[in-house]
Amino acid sequence: MSAADHGREARAGWAMSAPALAAIAAFFVVPAIASLFLSFTDFDIYALADAGNLRFVGFRNYERLIENPLFWKAMGNTLWFVVLGVPFIVALSLFAAMLVNSRWLKWRPVWRVALFAPYVTTLVATAVVWRYLLHTRYGLVNYLLSLFGIAPIDWLGSPNASLPAILIFVGWKTFGYNMIIFLAALQTVPRELDEAARIDGAGWFTRLRHVTLPAIAPTVLLVSVLTVAGMFQLFAEPYVMTQGGPAQSTVTILYFMYEEGFKWWNLGSGAAVAFLLFLCILAVTLVQLKLAKRGGAI
Amino acid sequence: MSVRRWSVTLLAAFVTLLTVAPLLWMVSVSFMAPGEAAQFPPPLLPETPSLENYRTLFGTFGIGRFLANSLLVSTLATGLALLFTIPAGYAFAKLRFKGRDATFRLLVAALVVPGQIGMLPLFLELKAMGLVNSYAGALIPWLAGIFGIFLVRQYCLSIPDEMLEAARIDGASEGQILRRVVLPILTPIIVTLALFVFLGSWNDFMWPLIVLADQDLYTLPVALAAMSREHVQDNELMMAGAVVTTLPVLILFLALQRFYLSGLLTGSVKG
Repeated sequence: MSAADHGREARAGWAMSAPALAAIAAFFVVPAIASLFLSFTDFDIYALADAGNLRFVGFRNYERLIENPLFWKAMGNTLWFVVLGVPFIVALSLFAAMLVNSRWLKWRPVWRVALFAPYVTTLVATAVVWRYLLHTRYGLVNYLLSLFGIAPIDWLGSPNASLPAILIFVGWKTFGYNMIIFLAALQTVPRELDEAARIDGAGWFTRLRHVTLPAIAPTVLLVSVLTVAGMFQLFAEPYVMTQGGPAQSTVTILYFMYEEGFKWWNLGSGAAVAFLLFLCILAVTLVQLKLAKRGGAI
Repeated sequence: MSVRRWSVTLLAAFVTLLTVAPLLWMVSVSFMAPGEAAQFPPPLLPETPSLENYRTLFGTFGIGRFLANSLLVSTLATGLALLFTIPAGYAFAKLRFKGRDATFRLLVAALVVPGQIGMLPLFLELKAMGLVNSYAGALIPWLAGIFGIFLVRQYCLSIPDEMLEAARIDGASEGQILRRVVLPILTPIIVTLALFVFLGSWNDFMWPLIVLADQDLYTLPVALAAMSREHVQDNELMMAGAVVTTLPVLILFLALQRFYLSGLLTGSVKG
């Protein structure tokens, strides 16, 4: 190939990628970096009207956040979402994947698609549906529980039940996605290995622990990290189902950021929240990379 | 063996029923008369199915307008995303140019950064450009789809170089090669990507909530969320609203699920 051809190819390469790269730079990279700068200013409703009111305030937004009990409440709630939600959702997804992967299952594609369906539904619409399903008096969930003699639970009205209630909804909404990832991993586990363990008399749980889980460990890690990232991004769920309540028990970091930025128009403070959120997600990603390296997955 | 076969299948049927029950109930309640669902035990089927709630939604609440907004925003978002992403994905896979690999590594690293991080500055940026409170403002984030570039690139890597070389020797320009040789091969991944963007922009909530202040511009999720805050008690009406909001994408997914699920796995390999 001649030098002219190389030049032509390079020019075409830049021309074809330039529009996308320009859009990514202008609407993704620049705003993400600007978030850090914005967090060192007192950008508020007055600055929104006239940029002349904007002042550089150093770390004052961060200092104020540290003193704000609602910020710590939001951090704490998000931590609870992670601590309770990740094991719950990973277990649910793995159970569904193993069920659909079972060699005795008939009509596999039907179950796979039906179990995945909640993932593609509109979050706001199904949150509205679940708010009704979880209704204390008329909801289907409390009706089913009543068949087992369980007294009605005030799912969305009690500060102790609201977070688990949202988690049940999030689990229902997202397990299908993780199930598909787990299914792909399970299909790489040799059937003979499982069969040999069975012939040796290993029970279902023993085989899960000693055959299946070690074989799909990197996928369990991947799904866990994806779920943690998902928990950091909960917003529409509390917005629609509880409006952050009761007693601020479902205010997430993102919900807090939204209220700081677009309800009270404290954009400087909101940007500080966004940057802290970024640090949290970065930390989780680094931990994942470290674990994956140690586990030999990379 | 056949007992086992049936017990596993029965368990799968039961789990599936539990999973789709909320959606079935949503549809059932949407056909109930106002107030009918507020009973204990909750009725499973409407006594006399009626379209009353849908009439109220389209008549009194003008949900048709929001449906049209959603259709417009999602269709434009899909078209623009394809226009920006496909040439870039192809270029990163098949055209050699300086800085290509370094740029691509940066893009992959940026995949872990959620878009919400830059939402406040993006709002200010669009405000300065005069795009806040317009359809264009709602579309903008879909232009910057790193994941789409990644998806197209992965697919393009399997195109044999000889094929492109042959077209070059025949005198085709790079643009012609993309249009006539590459695009036909990419059809499956284009369907996948279009489906991802259409569903993603249809279901999106936080950004349109922020950028669309004027009620006439609301997309369905934003309108439904606003309605659900005012009409907490009108369960039957809200279920009908949820059906109008989510049924179009659910049907679209069921029709094209093969493309969706295969793309999902290409995407998750990145981790």
